[in-house]
Amino acid sequence: MTLSAANFSFISRLVRREASIVLEPGKEYLVEGRLLALARKAGAAGVDEFLAGLQARPDMATTRLVVDALTTNETSWFRDREPFNALTEVVLPDLIATRTNSRVVRVWSAACSSGQETYSLAMLLQDHLPAGWQYEILATDISHEMIERARNGQYSQVEMNRGLPAQLLIRHFERVGPTWQVAPALRRSITFQQVNLDGPLPTATPFDVVYLRNVLIYFDVETKRAVLRNVSRMMRPDGWLFLGAAETTIGVDDRFDRVPTGRTAAYRFRSAVPAGAFGKG
Amino acid sequence: MRLILRRIVGQLGFDAVEAEDGQAALDLLRSSEEVPDLALIDWNMPRMNGLELVGAIRADSHLRHMTLVMVTTEGEQSQIVRALAAGAHEYVIKPFTAGAMVEKLALLGLVPSGVQA
Repeated sequence: MTLSAANFSFISRLVRREASIVLEPGKEYLVEGRLLALARKAGAAGVDEFLAGLQARPDMATTRLVVDALTTNETSWFRDREPFNALTEVVLPDLIATRTNSRVVRVWSAACSSGQETYSLAMLLQDHLPAGWQYEILATDISHEMIERARNGQYSQVEMNRGLPAQLLIRHFERVGPTWQVAPALRRSITFQQVNLDGPLPTATPFDVVYLRNVLIYFDVETKRAVLRNVSRMMRPDGWLFLGAAETTIGVDDRFDRVPTGRTAAYRFRSAVPAGAFGKG
Repeated sequence: MRLILRRIVGQLGFDAVEAEDGQAALDLLRSSEEVPDLALIDWNMPRMNGLELVGAIRADSHLRHMTLVMVTTEGEQSQIVRALAAGAHEYVIKPFTAGAMVEKLALLGLVPSGVQA
């Protein structure tokens, strides 16, 4: 079964418009794989019939479900490790030294998916900030469904096994039937919000640290530039930006420098990086 | 399950040996010249259960430095607490994916992080 060219073109335009995501030709298999369950639920024989129906009778709710299905990604606790080690080993010591007046650390988990990145950050902040310090996390995602999942903070056993140390599991989660529920203390400092990074962003006090990982890879250069411009407005001048391992600001936004941070790299405004201290990548 | 685990650790370059139950595992370990790096231990086993085996390994000066991972269907919070208190380093509740097991071993420094299952 192959998606028709007309339907692929329709779905490409739709996710470009709704989520700024570029679906290159050749990704028909991805569309079929991600939308098959939705198509069956809607009573269609296949993805082609489902999309033909959506084209003929556009409907907001179904469009949202389609965008959600095409933009959600696999995730795990402390995914890739090093961006989290860098937080505790380099970034937090720096912030603890420089935020002595406010004693608040603000972190944005910009593409939080089902919440594992956000709660991983919360666990680290709770464990590594000195007494008397507070943290605030904004967790955003393009997908309404993912934001709901993240907000609920309930995970299956299979999800819990993905990279979460047992010590943290017993401290921060409660078993509820076959699932695990994030402890209220961990959720208290997190705000969840659906946001399109390419659109208007919520008004917020600027962030000290931004995790924007495995997002830019889906965008064309112009959208990457717009997203970075948007995100940069939400960052403190001496803030830290973490991207996915396959992503960079180099060649996209020259206001950032790539700064070795622990065993990975972060991106900081050029003005925040001492001259000659670091290479550019 | 043993076959699945053997395949996962085999792909990571481990040589695996198996034991029928906790007592057989302890006998095997005590008679081995070379102490393994890692033991994957089920909770429910005849003669000596997994929790008892963890305790026995931790109490044995020859074996106590092994890394111990419980791999079990027993998923109550209190059981995880008991296993960690007895000396298990990690706890994997069935069902799990091969990737999840590799991630746990990476957490323990037994495989480089980023290795795919």
